[in-house]
Amino acid sequence: MSSIPLSASAQEEWTLPSSGKTSMLCLIAAESVVFTIFVVAYLYDIGKSLSGPTPAEILKVPILDTVCLLSSSFTIHWATRALRQNRIKAFLLLWAVTLALGLKFVEGTATNWHWMIHDRHFTISTSLFGTSFYSLVGLHISHVVIGLTGLSLIFALALAGKIKQKHFESIDIFSYYWHFVDAVWVVVFTVVYVIGLHGIQV
Amino acid sequence: MYIAYGLLFLAVGGAEATIMRIQLALPEMHFVSPEVFSELFTMHGTTMIFFVVMPILFGFANYLVPLMIGARDMALPRLNAFSFWMTAFGGLLLYFSFIGGTGIYGMGSAPQITWWAYAPLTSRAFSVGHSTDFWTLAILISGVGSVGAGVNIFSTIACRRCRGMTLSKMPLLAWLNWVMAAMVILGISPLTAAQIMLCIDRYLGGHFFDTQAGGSAVIWMHFFWIFGHPEVYILVIPAFAFASEIIPVFSRKVIFGYPIMVAAVLAIAFLSFSVWAHHMFAVGMPSYANAFFVLSSMLIAVPTGIKIFNWLGTIWRGKIIFATPMLFCLAFLFQFLIGGLTGIMLATAPFDWQLNDTYFVVAHFHYIIVGGILFTVFAAFYYWYPKATGRMMDEKLGKLHFWLFLIGFHMTFDFMHVPGILGMPRRIYTYEASRGWGIWNLIVSIGVIFQILGVGVFVYNMVYSYLKGEPAGNDPWDAWTLEWSTSSPPPAYNFAELPEVRSRRPLWDLKHPEDPDWSYE
Repeated sequence: MSSIPLSASAQEEWTLPSSGKTSMLCLIAAESVVFTIFVVAYLYDIGKSLSGPTPAEILKVPILDTVCLLSSSFTIHWATRALRQNRIKAFLLLWAVTLALGLKFVEGTATNWHWMIHDRHFTISTSLFGTSFYSLVGLHISHVVIGLTGLSLIFALALAGKIKQKHFESIDIFSYYWHFVDAVWVVVFTVVYVIGLHGIQV
Repeated sequence: MYIAYGLLFLAVGGAEATIMRIQLALPEMHFVSPEVFSELFTMHGTTMIFFVVMPILFGFANYLVPLMIGARDMALPRLNAFSFWMTAFGGLLLYFSFIGGTGIYGMGSAPQITWWAYAPLTSRAFSVGHSTDFWTLAILISGVGSVGAGVNIFSTIACRRCRGMTLSKMPLLAWLNWVMAAMVILGISPLTAAQIMLCIDRYLGGHFFDTQAGGSAVIWMHFFWIFGHPEVYILVIPAFAFASEIIPVFSRKVIFGYPIMVAAVLAIAFLSFSVWAHHMFAVGMPSYANAFFVLSSMLIAVPTGIKIFNWLGTIWRGKIIFATPMLFCLAFLFQFLIGGLTGIMLATAPFDWQLNDTYFVVAHFHYIIVGGILFTVFAAFYYWYPKATGRMMDEKLGKLHFWLFLIGFHMTFDFMHVPGILGMPRRIYTYEASRGWGIWNLIVSIGVIFQILGVGVFVYNMVYSYLKGEPAGNDPWDAWTLEWSTSSPPPAYNFAELPEVRSRRPLWDLKHPEDPDWSYE
């Protein structure tokens, strides 16, 4: 290959996007499509359930959990910024807060589901509403759990002192996923607790 | 590995098709039972789409894309291995249903749900036992593998191009595979979502597709075809990619209208996400929905037509070399055109109401998948085999393969249109002699014999040439893209020194330093 004539452009910059970032964005695109299909099914099925309970009878709006999850997006952003500036302690602290906020969200959902399933006997097979509700919210919560697993792994590594400034890019790419999970919750919340709860037919 | 895996399943899927054609060759045959026939067409469709054509195309993309963009490997080699094993495991799981599915007589039983698996056939009430579970899990798992492969191909092209290869200097094959990868990411995911819903319905007692609880069987159709139609283009765009590389080399001319070719494929990709419900005209949609899908489906013929004209423009006044890869590409042009035209016929809703679910539809999509895609895949085998093995494939055997397969193809799929127009429905296991479909079905089935002979010659040629073929050298076709600059077979790291390009045809620049391409582009 040495015989291909090198040109003046050899001195020019030749940079391409990072493959990690590109792949994460592709993955997010694919996941968005999966969520879109579930959201469409949810919207389509609003008010079609032939047996009770109705959303108004069973749903409790999880305001506190939502606030927790959405704030975790800010804390993870500040955490990665701290890492970029090589402030490892601040990174650790903010990362721990992110993890705690995420855990609170899962805990809130678990309590709520336990109440619905155990006390009110409302399950995924009860009615069409049960199917679409547990599927959509469950799909989201499973993504939160995957995200939390990643958060905890990185936290454990950071506690062991293995996370350095040079890992900024990988941590940053991971934070994209967490932001995505939060953004999806905004959509799911709107669909389930605003449109669905008020029985707005689409 | 992808390619070998695809070829293995090609044999299996082909055998299933052959058994079906034996059954249908004469009226009132009893070669297989109706149940087995239903299993056969379910497995044939699923196998050919998910476990033959897609793995082969991913295999070619994996092999060729890094070579053509001057990269050492794919961007994410570990994800690559993961995707392959997911796909492979999916295929094995599907075929395990023959053993593990509950059937009568203590035998296994494959799913009998057709490849698009409409509800409520897939519900527990109608699909007793586990064969449908094997089917849905197989598709789910291989879908994850496909998305992984798509992400990998996309990132490789975005992030691993060699110095100087701007987007406008990329070989068309790379461009088209890039579009294909984006479509895999966006197009396979709806199917994955729908399969998750089906699993919820089957395992957790959900009601997504259960009309008795207010669910909807039609929504499955929508979700399936939102995947299903982009899928057709996911399969055919790599075929376009092969044609776009092979036709210029054997016409000794640059591709005609490179920017338009790229624009056309982007238009096809974009439009293909808005045509899915043309598979559902007979469901009974509102007339404005029918009108929309008729128009969007017809619109897609425009960029497709542009591509055909550009290939013809490339051949026009070229010094054509009728080597085997070129023969397959020329047949592709002709057959793809006809397949496209019957597609426009079927895209017209009233026409579709007449012929929906007849053999006319079967003939149409086989014209695209066999006549369009499989022909270019054969062309790609003949064209890149020397690069992969260092030996040429035998030309005489290649031409014999071409003619046998061409005759077989036309006997089978040309004459398949006729019983369709006469009203023969698809997926029937037999028919009465008085219907007058007998002679056509006999011709169709005889065509299969020629196709099998052709593929037999092809397999023999691959083995023979691997052992005794002429040494190929680095650049047997006097081609222009980067893969021909390295040795045949290429080393594991592809290029000893990463190349740098200044035009779309770097090897032309190298061979003709007095008249390089970059002074024109």
